[in-house]
Amino acid sequence: MSLPEIPVVSASSKVPAPSGVPAPSPAPAPVPPEAGPVLAAYHLSVWYGTSLALKDVTIEIPRNQITALIGPSGCGKSTLLRCFNRMNDLIPGARTEGVILCDGKEITSPDTDPVALRRRIGMVFQKPNPFPKSIHENVAWGARINGYRGNMDDLVERSLRRAALWDEVKDKLHRSGMDLSGGQQQRLCIARTLAVEPEVILMDEPCSALDPISTARVEDLMDDLKSEYTIVIVTHNMQQARRVSDMTACLMLDEDSRDKNRIGVIAEFSSTDLLFTNPKDPRTEAYITGRIG
Amino acid sequence: MSRPASSLYEPHRRIRVLAGPVFGAACFLATLTGVVVLSVLLGSIIATVLHRPGVHPWYDVASNTRDLYEFLKALVTRVRSRDPALAGFRIGIVGSLWLLVLVAVFAIPVGIGAAVFLEEYAPPGRLRRVIQTNIANLAGVPSIVYGILGLALFVRAFGLNRLALGPTLWAGGLTLGLLILPVIVIATQEALRTVPSSLRQAALALGATHWQVIRDHVLPVALPGILTGTILGLSRAIGETAPLLMVGAAGSILRLPRGPGDRYTALPVEIYNYAKEPSAEFSTIAAGGILILVVLLLSMNAVAIFIRNRYSRSVRG
Repeated sequence: MSLPEIPVVSASSKVPAPSGVPAPSPAPAPVPPEAGPVLAAYHLSVWYGTSLALKDVTIEIPRNQITALIGPSGCGKSTLLRCFNRMNDLIPGARTEGVILCDGKEITSPDTDPVALRRRIGMVFQKPNPFPKSIHENVAWGARINGYRGNMDDLVERSLRRAALWDEVKDKLHRSGMDLSGGQQQRLCIARTLAVEPEVILMDEPCSALDPISTARVEDLMDDLKSEYTIVIVTHNMQQARRVSDMTACLMLDEDSRDKNRIGVIAEFSSTDLLFTNPKDPRTEAYITGRIG
Repeated sequence: MSRPASSLYEPHRRIRVLAGPVFGAACFLATLTGVVVLSVLLGSIIATVLHRPGVHPWYDVASNTRDLYEFLKALVTRVRSRDPALAGFRIGIVGSLWLLVLVAVFAIPVGIGAAVFLEEYAPPGRLRRVIQTNIANLAGVPSIVYGILGLALFVRAFGLNRLALGPTLWAGGLTLGLLILPVIVIATQEALRTVPSSLRQAALALGATHWQVIRDHVLPVALPGILTGTILGLSRAIGETAPLLMVGAAGSILRLPRGPGDRYTALPVEIYNYAKEPSAEFSTIAAGGILILVVLLLSMNAVAIFIRNRYSRSVRG
């Protein structure tokens, strides 16, 4: 493995400085030893079969912040997201090149067990997909198969409270998770993810199937969760990215490949405020102002 | 030059409106064909059973039903006899139930296992496609061929006398098991394919292993489909006659099998033997046997439907 080069994308003032260089922080809070990016990809390219889907992507996901991935359809946002917990492994013919680090450890190497990785990097999907089992079992299952030995009822309650769902379901924990409304189902999926105590939560357009009120609840929840978790969210909704995220990466289709293959690249990655008020890349500007997309 | 667009349409409105009811009526006739043929078959069998001297007129449904019940009850308790007044199917029914158990014990685990392997573990590729095609083909092989296979493989073990099972329940059960194996494999595969991939992804994303996903999510969701296919396969096995004639389900066995290593006969074989007799009394007995078989099959299918409905409800919540 070649050592990752210095990331080419400029980090904004909101990103914690890379480990080794202590951030000049006015706050007296001690900087934890793992203050560097929790997830990072360097020169990452992804192929599906012979077609390139994502080209030379470099990105560092800061800890305990919400990072949004935006961009037009087919530009590889979900592909990038699914590289971080190696869900792309499940697609026949998918192949990655480059380096992905989680807490400084390479996760694309054959030594990394994707099963162990996925417990640490949870995922919430576009369409709410609770298990066709009871609400209690939806939350407890992941913990149980990962060998959780504590009090299961406490864990279920804690996770459901953390996902702002407890008060709505506490009297019907034995009922099927499929009976809940779409927004409740999505929060159940978040609770299920929280129950295995991940460090990172990947969210693949978590609100695109939800109504505005449910969306607002999930967004509030994300803001709540970021004190303990790092969140990466793919979204089509630029207002949502602007509302919830601290950092935003704008992905674009590679200029050279407009004709046939859709190849995604990162056009710009910076703090959300900066990206939306003063985009550096003309493509980002065109996208966020609605001229392309 | 350009004509107004509306003149380019020829709506054929009357034809289009008529086409729907005509098509519907054709489909209704197709349905009716099946229903009518089945009713005539069943009706003629019942008529044959009831056509004995000194019975009630056909419109006396209550007496006829009681008669029919008494007759079938007698058939169930009696064994094979040269005398029509004493003949019955007890040995065949017990033999068929034995076969059912043996077939289930052999074919269900092997069939479901093969299907899970093909759907969940086998890497996609030419080999898998070849196996898949062959299983589909095996489902269409005439049952008599399975009888020949069973005769060579189980009854005689290719002449290796120490391994040969002889014309025992073991040999019959294994032969019928092979016969319905493709049915179970295909039904199970279909059921596994209906499990949404979002469910698998959700489980994998929590850090589950492939095995945990199969055990806790894929199999429970696929279970109604698997059970339905399995029970339909078993009812096919119960009705088979030809392969059993090949592997030696003898006609004139007068005592119950004492175990799976014993000689046996089966209900369809006994029906066949009675139907061969020239006298009309034996035809009545054969018709009664057919009714017993139909009742057996219908109750198995009812169980399948019951299980499917129950599990689908519990899965959907």
